[in-house]
Amino acid sequence: MALTAYAVARTRNLFAVVILSGIFSFLAAVLYVVLNAVDVAFTEAAVGAGISTLLMLATLSLTTDKERAKHQIKFIPLLIVSATGLLLIFGTLDMPFYGDPNAPTNLHVAPLYISDSMKQTGIPNIVTSVLASYRGYDTFGEVVVIFTAGIGVLALLGHGKNRTRPGKNRNVNLEG
Amino acid sequence: MTRHSILRITAKFMIPYILLFALYVQFHGDFGPGGGFQAGVIFASGFILYGLIFGIENARRVLPARVTRVLLAIGVLLFGGTGVISFFFGHNFLDYSVLLKNSVSGQHLGIFLVELGVGITVSATMITIFYIFASQDK
Repeated sequence: MALTAYAVARTRNLFAVVILSGIFSFLAAVLYVVLNAVDVAFTEAAVGAGISTLLMLATLSLTTDKERAKHQIKFIPLLIVSATGLLLIFGTLDMPFYGDPNAPTNLHVAPLYISDSMKQTGIPNIVTSVLASYRGYDTFGEVVVIFTAGIGVLALLGHGKNRTRPGKNRNVNLEG
Repeated sequence: MTRHSILRITAKFMIPYILLFALYVQFHGDFGPGGGFQAGVIFASGFILYGLIFGIENARRVLPARVTRVLLAIGVLLFGGTGVISFFFGHNFLDYSVLLKNSVSGQHLGIFLVELGVGITVSATMITIFYIFASQDK
């Protein structure tokens, strides 16, 4: 994954960058499967590797696949990024070990969900019952965010009714 | 894309299974991994694959852009409406226990409806965005 990320940062051909970020998403999905987060892996594979790659390619076919060359390294951003990274790594030193049952996050409401979810909702998959029922507000917010995103894209780019009718517009070649 | 016969045939084989898998993820989300969001995304990618291989015009004929826009709103309304129904029974927003007599099956129904709303909105959003991007003039 680190290698892919480095390649994304260094490559100048944007078409290659899009494909590389698709590969990065697939690797991330594999990582989520290894961490037993199958739901997240689904999403990552379908959105990260599939749809967003496709939208990037569509954008490239509308613009260009060459990045404007800019080679000099700027030191102040590099310094800020490295400092933030070091601080974040420093912060992880204090965190409990991954999957530790005694970690504070695992002691708050998680035991309640695990013990009561089956009794209260009758749904064996605790992830679903937490997302849809216990944390319904959060999920509702997420859906509204997605809705707003769709509306925003519509408002920005989807002008004109005739464009959306079959046969009235040209088919954009998505091969880049 | 009339000349890529391998792509077309493979896609023809794959698309029904992708859509079927999306529906499985949607309605089996209570028992296995998955749920509305994942199902919506998988459904949308199956549909977008169709649009890519067989052309946007054909995809539009199957599912017009106007329909996806309406579906976009229907999903949110389904989610919100399920939440609002519990108001009428004197409960909190999104408290599904009151939807049926038995609170457990009420929860089950509520979660089912909500996940359906999520799935509809997500897939409609993805397809709408795809349509818009694909129909931009060069």
